[in-house]
Amino acid sequence: MSTNPEEFDSIAGKEYKAGFVTDVETDTVPPGLNEDVIRLISAKKEEPEWLLEWRLKAYQHWLTLEEPTWPNVHYPPVDFQASSYYSAPKSKEDAPKSLDEVDPKLLETYEKLGIPLREHAKLAGVAVDAVFDSVSVATTFKKKLSDVGVIFGSFSDAVKNHPELVKKYLGTVVPITDNFYAALNSAVFTDGSFCYIPKGVRCPMELSTYFRINASNTGQFERTLIVADEGSHVSYLEGCTAPMRDENQLHAAVVELVALDDSEIKYSTVQNWYPGDENGVGGIYNFVTKRADCRGKNSKVSWTQVETGSAITWKYPSCILKGENSVGEFYSVALTNNYQQADTGTKMIHLGKNTRSTIISKGISAGRAQNSYRGLVKITKGAEGSRNFTQCDSLLIGDKCGAHTFPYIEVKNQSAQVEHEASTSKIDEDQLFYCRQRGISEEDAVNMIVNGFCKEVFKELPMEFAVEAQKLLAVSLEGAVG
Amino acid sequence: MLNISNLHVKVEDKEILKGINLKVNAGEVHAIMGPNGSGKSTLSHVLSGRSGYEVTEGTVDFLDNNLLELSPEERAHLGVFLAFQYPVEIPGVNNAYMLKAALNAIRTYRGEEELDAMDFMAFVKDKVKLVQLKEDLLSRSVNEGFSGGEKKRNEIFQMAVLEPKLAILDETDSGLDIDALKIVADGVNALRSPERSMVMITHYQRLLDYIEPDFVHVLVDGKIIKSGDKKLALELEKRGYDWVREEAA
Repeated sequence: MSTNPEEFDSIAGKEYKAGFVTDVETDTVPPGLNEDVIRLISAKKEEPEWLLEWRLKAYQHWLTLEEPTWPNVHYPPVDFQASSYYSAPKSKEDAPKSLDEVDPKLLETYEKLGIPLREHAKLAGVAVDAVFDSVSVATTFKKKLSDVGVIFGSFSDAVKNHPELVKKYLGTVVPITDNFYAALNSAVFTDGSFCYIPKGVRCPMELSTYFRINASNTGQFERTLIVADEGSHVSYLEGCTAPMRDENQLHAAVVELVALDDSEIKYSTVQNWYPGDENGVGGIYNFVTKRADCRGKNSKVSWTQVETGSAITWKYPSCILKGENSVGEFYSVALTNNYQQADTGTKMIHLGKNTRSTIISKGISAGRAQNSYRGLVKITKGAEGSRNFTQCDSLLIGDKCGAHTFPYIEVKNQSAQVEHEASTSKIDEDQLFYCRQRGISEEDAVNMIVNGFCKEVFKELPMEFAVEAQKLLAVSLEGAVG
Repeated sequence: MLNISNLHVKVEDKEILKGINLKVNAGEVHAIMGPNGSGKSTLSHVLSGRSGYEVTEGTVDFLDNNLLELSPEERAHLGVFLAFQYPVEIPGVNNAYMLKAALNAIRTYRGEEELDAMDFMAFVKDKVKLVQLKEDLLSRSVNEGFSGGEKKRNEIFQMAVLEPKLAILDETDSGLDIDALKIVADGVNALRSPERSMVMITHYQRLLDYIEPDFVHVLVDGKIIKSGDKKLALELEKRGYDWVREEAA
């Protein structure tokens, strides 16, 4: 079989469809990071004293830390003094009471992204807490949720209205001392989502947030906290996309999930941040800390992610399986094209007895991209009868990209069962020719084959997200062959 | 329908086809026989547009189109179908889904409306029976875990659905036991029509017992050195290829 690298090369160039900037006046703090900036953020958000102190403590700790260099990614050093750490849309001043009062430009932005908030939210029965830059501008379906006692809204609102819950759980999964970016986030986070599902409640709808980076040169530091109380159930969707930008933008979010006895959290992400242009210029740096604490017995957390965006991704949604019989799952599709770099995977820390974890990771690399899976499966001494299954597959498109796997396995209990399977394959020219001979265009054929490769992950996504994810892969691979 | 004239093809600087001339009219079935390495599969690949082959001379006309200028999918849209010698497996891609995408691409080219999932399933229902394909193979991944016979039946099933004008059957008989061969041959025979031409590439005469060709050509060392009718195939079966070579020399 003859391979034809040039053919693959030309598919690897395509335009970023969500690249546009909405013209909205922003209220932005001058660039730079110091205690005064943190006090200013806290004051602007009218936060209680304890939260300000928490931020300052995180900042002091952050100053002692070094930026991590162990991920398999390369980028020029980030100048943390060059970013602005707060930016709120002006329309916040007149605080929209309903969607009608929302700046139409904002809504237009969502429309362009194919997220008709009004119709989509209603039709799909999804409550949308839309984060535009750093402040929530619209929240829907509040009533339906509050009827059953579910608290869902912006993090700022939660700080104001439910400080006791925030105080109780904030930083208990990802402490301020956890890592460089988590410490930074704790110091300067501006907003995010908060969700609390009370005992025994099955959340009546899928919860979803669309993140979006808009104001120029503004680092984004989202903070998400989801608490599932005993016997509750929630499915949370997060999707993001960003406008085209030249300078690199830093994004360092922290997501904390707490699952108490017999509860279940399903957290799904479709991430499509600006990856930089075909020469690797621009693009988002996405350094995220996502972790779930399966604190209660029989609790379960599933992470499902489809990652197609960002210039650099550094992300390991993890589960601490503390409760007996608790279950952690990680289903991931990470696609990198052009000069994108991704170092992503998961950590499954088995502490409790009979804890189980499943890891299915699908990495796709095209163009000159580098895609690494990094995973830790740790079975501690007390994790009697624990089990893990890991499957790690890589697909290469063209011959200038790379796939890497770094699995770490630590087993301290003899009764544990750990399985690891890994494979690396190339999109086969025979497969492409077969499809094309049947009349299917080369691009459609690539999409079909890639989607087939990702099937095990896509079936874990909520229906509407699965469709979106397939579209996203198609858009992200446009021009990757041909 | 198909007119191949003085076709010369190189693979990595080695000339494989050295001046093929072949004319196939609508409704005709041509068998191309020849020993290993004579260029039979190269011919089927060049006609269907596979990359890796360099045409150095000659022309291929298909329904007044210069076939060699077209991409594989454009050739498929015009009605060229290749039943693969080794159908590939595509993990995770649903067999029916792929075929529906193919059919709709062809229908779009013809200016017909695309079929939705329901209409498509109704459309293929009878075609499945034609080659006695188990219906559950439709919802499995393309060719994945299919037996050799199932893969070949799946090829003929796809041909029945896509309704090509020119079907090239590349060693469709290889790897089939006698029962499977009969089923596949029955399927192919059912698809014979005055508007559809077929080019069958085969090593053995036995396929021709079931699918009777109108013409038989002997391809040796990149050239068609003898043509005849069905009787020629029988003679080849009896006497091998050497006598044709000698006769041609």
